[in-house]
Amino acid sequence: MRRFLARRLAHGAAVIFIAASLSFLLVHLAPGDPFSSTLDSAAISPSAKAAWRAAYGLDRPLAEQYVRFLGQLARGNLGPSHLQPGPASAALADAVPNTLVLMGTALVLSFLIGIAVGSWQAARAGSRGDRVMGATSLIIASLPEFWLAAMLLLVFAYRLRFLPAGDVIDRVMYESMSPAGRLLDRLRHLALPALTLALLSSASIARYQRAALLDVLPQDFIRTARAKGVSDRLVLWRHALRNALLPTIVLLGLSLPTLLGGAVFVEQVFSWPGLGRLATAAFHARDYQVVLGATLMGAVLVVVGGIVADLLHAAVDPRVRAR
Amino acid sequence: MTTSVRQDVLTAPRAPDGTAAFDRAIATSPWRSALGVLARDPSAIVGMCILLVLALTALAAPVVAPYDPRAQPDILALKHLPPSLGHPFGTDYLSRDVLSRIVYGSRVSLSVAFLSVVVAATIGMGYGAIAGYVGGKLDNVMMRVVDALLSIPRVLLLIAVAALWWDKLGLPGLVLLLGLTGWFEVSRLVRALVLSAREDEFVTAARALGATDTRILVHHVLPQVVSPVLVAATLAIGNVIVIEAGLTYLGMGVRPPNASWGSIFNDGMRDVAGAWWVSVSAGAALVITVLAVNLVADGLRQALNARQLPAR
Repeated sequence: MRRFLARRLAHGAAVIFIAASLSFLLVHLAPGDPFSSTLDSAAISPSAKAAWRAAYGLDRPLAEQYVRFLGQLARGNLGPSHLQPGPASAALADAVPNTLVLMGTALVLSFLIGIAVGSWQAARAGSRGDRVMGATSLIIASLPEFWLAAMLLLVFAYRLRFLPAGDVIDRVMYESMSPAGRLLDRLRHLALPALTLALLSSASIARYQRAALLDVLPQDFIRTARAKGVSDRLVLWRHALRNALLPTIVLLGLSLPTLLGGAVFVEQVFSWPGLGRLATAAFHARDYQVVLGATLMGAVLVVVGGIVADLLHAAVDPRVRAR
Repeated sequence: MTTSVRQDVLTAPRAPDGTAAFDRAIATSPWRSALGVLARDPSAIVGMCILLVLALTALAAPVVAPYDPRAQPDILALKHLPPSLGHPFGTDYLSRDVLSRIVYGSRVSLSVAFLSVVVAATIGMGYGAIAGYVGGKLDNVMMRVVDALLSIPRVLLLIAVAALWWDKLGLPGLVLLLGLTGWFEVSRLVRALVLSAREDEFVTAARALGATDTRILVHHVLPQVVSPVLVAATLAIGNVIVIEAGLTYLGMGVRPPNASWGSIFNDGMRDVAGAWWVSVSAGAALVITVLAVNLVADGLRQALNARQLPAR
């Protein structure tokens, strides 16, 4: 297990190193530099521009800049955010927890819904209920995240006035709420964005779960269990599902990039102050440091999440550890 | 594999139940047999019909659209009109007819998605074929790079590149950008297929006969890669339509005066509580298209027997 962990960590570190190098390359392939949009004005003298660029090391040879960039990055320093006060890393530190809460809730919900629906379908494969559910999940999987988010917003927040329209908390009333009230307020704000993300990814999880169970159900040990007189329900939930969960656990790590990508749009619709909304705002403000920082942070979240998912997989399936 | 099927067809005249042991079409051409399976799949046919109608609508936009999509007849009296007979999908905040805008928007949405997937599939096939065929250290390095690129959520990668290149990003630039961020999975798929095809005995035979690497790759290995890539590319079209619309909604994709379904959705979000019909109809166009693409992709997957591909 320890060797498995070490190999997985080394792979993750290599991936993040390559991602960082690519983002450096990307910035230097692009026309101009991070300062051109803010500094390229006739009102600023050439010497002042040169002084600014020299202060951030942009006049140094590319190789030196690259080493410096990696060194700074290793210390968590992404450079100054030149359109909002404070370093870029501070803006990221505010946004990441919100995204983690949103994604974590959506992940748990989507796997619960997906596994339940997929198993339900597999237990009655070929029936009308199975086909209706299959068609429903195909339709849900075809919905754009931002559109489903907007529709839920329209119905539950604007029409029914049942849930708040955006943000993580009620900025006006939050301070005067009791602890229980605050928790409820957070949950009410979390409900729609988390449900949007969860519904969308649960559709593909259900399809996987159904297929995985259908692979397990014809196997010999299931027939043995049936022959021993174990009830259908117990066979499904105790014997078959335990084995059919393995492919679904692999999906856990693989679904992270899509989930984080979807979160970018959902955060925008529900004004959820997370990584995606920060990246969007920074994009419109031409704040390259924050945009790149958010992108790299997204990669780190995906890589770390992938390692956790792999460890989980190794914990339940000894064959993975041996590989 | 194809040779052995032909052998069987020649030697097995009849199956015990009296039907032909093999459909002759299967033996003559895998493509024709795939087409046969596809023609018997009702949901794939529905999907193809929808796509055909959409493509024709896009081509004949000036004939189909009831109004000029950019005309703003009266931005005070005629703005945000709810759906009616004159304006089936209502009007938007500039009094433009939403139906006409969606009809014209399909040109941008569909062509951007299609072209960028062509770009992505081409790059992905080339990259994956080289990695899989050369193998060894080069393969290792090339695949680690793909791992790194895949670990960055595509939307965030697009935001980063769009931020850096924004001033030069017209429609061709957007196609290129979506293509350049879309080939990673294709390359992984192609590499895996090439890696297994390389071990096939007829490839060894071709090499023994003195075929060059290029000839083996083009004539013996790549033909086996085409059908899985076709399925992946079909799925990717549905994905890219949504991603383009999403980017445009975030203000990073198609820019005025061009308008895709994403632009119309974005216009509607200015006042979604009041004039819901703008975003709802733009979204409905997106959903119907993506659903049709997914139905066709599902049908293709079964017809081409490319089951190793992930479901969306």
